Amino acid sequence: MIPASWFLVLAAVLFALGLAAFFLKQDLISMVLSVEIMLNAANLAFLAFARSARTLDGQVVVLFIVTVAAAEAAAGAAIVILFFRTKKSVRRDAANIMKG
Amino acid sequence: MEHVLFFVLSATCVASVLGMILSRDQTRGALFLVLAFAALGGIFGLLDAPFVAAVQVLIYAGAIMVLFLFVLMTTDPAEGREQEKGRWLGIPAVLLSLVLLAELLLALRSVAGGASGLAAGSTDRLGGLLLGKYLYAFEIASILIVAALTGAMALAGRKGGR
Amino acid sequence: MTANFWLAPFVPALSAFVLFLFGGKLGRKWIALQACLAVLVAFLLSAAALPGLLESGPVSKELFPWISADSFSAVAGFLFDRLSAVMVLVVTGVGFLIHVFSVGYMGKDRSPARYFGLLNLFTAFMLILVLASDLVLMFVGWEGVGLCSYLLIGFWFERPAAAAAGKKAFLVNRIGDAAFLVGMLLILTTAGGSGFGVIHAAVARGAFSPAVATAAALLLFAGATGKSAQVPLYVWLPDAMEGPTPVSALIHAATMVTAGVYMVCRMSPLFAASATASAVVAATGAATALFAATMALAENDIKRVLAYSTVSQIGYMFIGCGVGAYAAGMFHLVTHAFFKSLLFLAAGSIIHSLSGVQDVRKMGGLRKHLPRTFPVFLIGAAALSGVPFLSGFFSKDAILSRAYAEGNLFVWAAGLATAVLTALYMFRVVILVFYGRERFPQDAKEHIHESPPIMTVPLQVLAFFAAFVGLLGLPAVFAEKANVFSRFLGPAFPHPAEQAMGVSTEWALLLLSTAAALAGIAGAYILYVRAPGVPAFMAGRFPRAIRALRRKYYVDEFYRAALITPIVRGSEVISRDFDLRVIDGAVNGSAAAVSTAGKWINVLQTGLIRDYALAFLLGAVVILAVLLM
Repeated sequence: MIPASWFLVLAAVLFALGLAAFFLKQDLISMVLSVEIMLNAANLAFLAFARSARTLDGQVVVLFIVTVAAAEAAAGAAIVILFFRTKKSVRRDAANIMKG
Repeated sequence: MEHVLFFVLSATCVASVLGMILSRDQTRGALFLVLAFAALGGIFGLLDAPFVAAVQVLIYAGAIMVLFLFVLMTTDPAEGREQEKGRWLGIPAVLLSLVLLAELLLALRSVAGGASGLAAGSTDRLGGLLLGKYLYAFEIASILIVAALTGAMALAGRKGGR
Repeated sequence: MTANFWLAPFVPALSAFVLFLFGGKLGRKWIALQACLAVLVAFLLSAAALPGLLESGPVSKELFPWISADSFSAVAGFLFDRLSAVMVLVVTGVGFLIHVFSVGYMGKDRSPARYFGLLNLFTAFMLILVLASDLVLMFVGWEGVGLCSYLLIGFWFERPAAAAAGKKAFLVNRIGDAAFLVGMLLILTTAGGSGFGVIHAAVARGAFSPAVATAAALLLFAGATGKSAQVPLYVWLPDAMEGPTPVSALIHAATMVTAGVYMVCRMSPLFAASATASAVVAATGAATALFAATMALAENDIKRVLAYSTVSQIGYMFIGCGVGAYAAGMFHLVTHAFFKSLLFLAAGSIIHSLSGVQDVRKMGGLRKHLPRTFPVFLIGAAALSGVPFLSGFFSKDAILSRAYAEGNLFVWAAGLATAVLTALYMFRVVILVFYGRERFPQDAKEHIHESPPIMTVPLQVLAFFAAFVGLLGLPAVFAEKANVFSRFLGPAFPHPAEQAMGVSTEWALLLLSTAAALAGIAGAYILYVRAPGVPAFMAGRFPRAIRALRRKYYVDEFYRAALITPIVRGSEVISRDFDLRVIDGAVNGSAAAVSTAGKWINVLQTGLIRDYALAFLLGAVVILAVLLM
């Protein structure tokens, strides 16, 4: 039996990697992808806890997270496409008109 | 046996994510990510969550990443390959991420170690939970999907953009 | 009927309210009618309350509990007793006649609603003043009439002189009021309450030590010098002649300026308890009477002569109060109200008929042209001068004989000298205006006309009273118990031991008063009819003295240099250095600080996702760290 803590460590590492990716990448799509990484890390954590608590509810939550992530990915993709149409670029620096 | 699998899969996952971060080409990065999610699916399997593992591979690796690959093709981020201009603000971000990692690991110290597994064949029990205790959330999730679908179509469906 | 007396102030107040709000839409005739009726109703209410007063004594009406602080409470209420009855009848009676006169005099003015509204409002406040049953409410009326006086003096506010005169009146009054307020507070804390009954009882049981009584009385009297234009706060009254003449008649002859006298009479137990204060009152009255009379001699504006005359005559009233003859002082107040307002209104009639000429040097020979105004003016002048058997004679004599009897010889002598001067300056005016060569300008001559009946009838009514009201106060030497007035009012006042006077002394004093009046008249006749060159000759011989007289002894200039200029300069310094620099600096500075801080924070608003996300991360890290502790 692999201890749950190993999985949790992995989840933490993945989360941090996703976070770093968010800041390091310059284009919008990669940023959305890094958010997906972070969500997956959360999923992993949920499942680890679900197993150690011997309950199935964690897995249900993960299913929901996947669902929501899919919906959000769809909407995000639409926005990115719209953004591209106006700005002709997906660089995140291009989203700067909120400068105040 | 399990441990070997775990290490292989987790190594693959982390390596792929790193690959995604380091690649200049977004498409290559997206493909790396597909690999990462697939490995993750395997890890889910190790966690006695076969159904979720299947869902992960099908939806995440299969649908979502494909969607993004389509977006990448549409937006032709050829320009994205330019050098980053301006300040290299990544350093403080990376540092902060490391700090966050440290904090998370600190937080995990109190977690107990191994536990017994769950019975296999839990898929039907999962279904029972979904349509029983979590029925409400289930229905709302379906509405959410419809909403996202409609929204995405409405947003991106205009001819020539408005 | 007596029970309804308290409505009297509200009727003119209501009328004033209506006139102020809706006056623009009412017709001229209606405005005049409403205003005059309001005062008439107030008069009738008070007159109807009189029999009840005589039968069953004073009536009071509580209106509402007003102040209820820790240990001090005041109830707003009215008191109708003999003293207030006299005042109310004078105020409303004479006031009514003046309102009627105003209808004619102000007939072509642009703002009749404002004028009559203010006259009504003044009447209402004056009634509050005299009817108040406690000191605090009286002060409300006191201030109210001051306000109306300011507004009415400056009625033609587009004229800078009028506006300045109004301001001066109000400010000088304020100085007196400050003293009044301190005195009032002293009394309230010593007596433990504000009602007059409470105060009188406190005096009677000795709650006021001599020092406190003197201090309080003197402070109150200081307020009275402001309101009643005595030395040193009289300087506003001559300037107040910038207002319409009926205003001068009502406010600055018959009513408001006598409020100080009324107040002293109302607080007579307090004044009687302090010999020092009473002496000061009498001395100030005497000094003012003489002083003002000398200035009246040198004035050429007919209204200003009357103004100084008023200051002088009120001095007489204070002499009366100071020597303990409160009833006599009030009697002179009543007679003065009649003949002085008569004189003012008649002067108004003269000015009106000459289309605005006010300088007596530019009048003359008006006897023929103003057949109705002339006789009433003459009666008024004679009454003022103390010609025997007219009202002024009896009231003046009452005061002077009491002064003599109490041993105040200086005061009595000053009063007598003033009587001579009074007759002199008054008949100087009579001669210069009505007799002799016609000296008025051509355009006035063309439009000369006697005033219409709406103006001359009130004059005639006033003349009747000015002539005969004296018969209410016949001295004892004529007939025992003939002094109706003093029998009516006497019980209202404390009775210090009255020195008895021998009958022969009284007759001697009467004759002296007569002689004084006749001497003055004769002097005027000689100087201005027989030997007209004499005044000019004297002016040549004593130019500085004459100039001092003409310039009112340079009092105004002195006040300006000693008081006004330092205060104004001080204010400028404070305004410039403190207000502008410190206070504005603080306010502007804080605004600038906020603005600068905003600019700094603005740097964070880069509009870039990366920076905002970084902020998120930072926040999350911090929170996690805190949670982990």
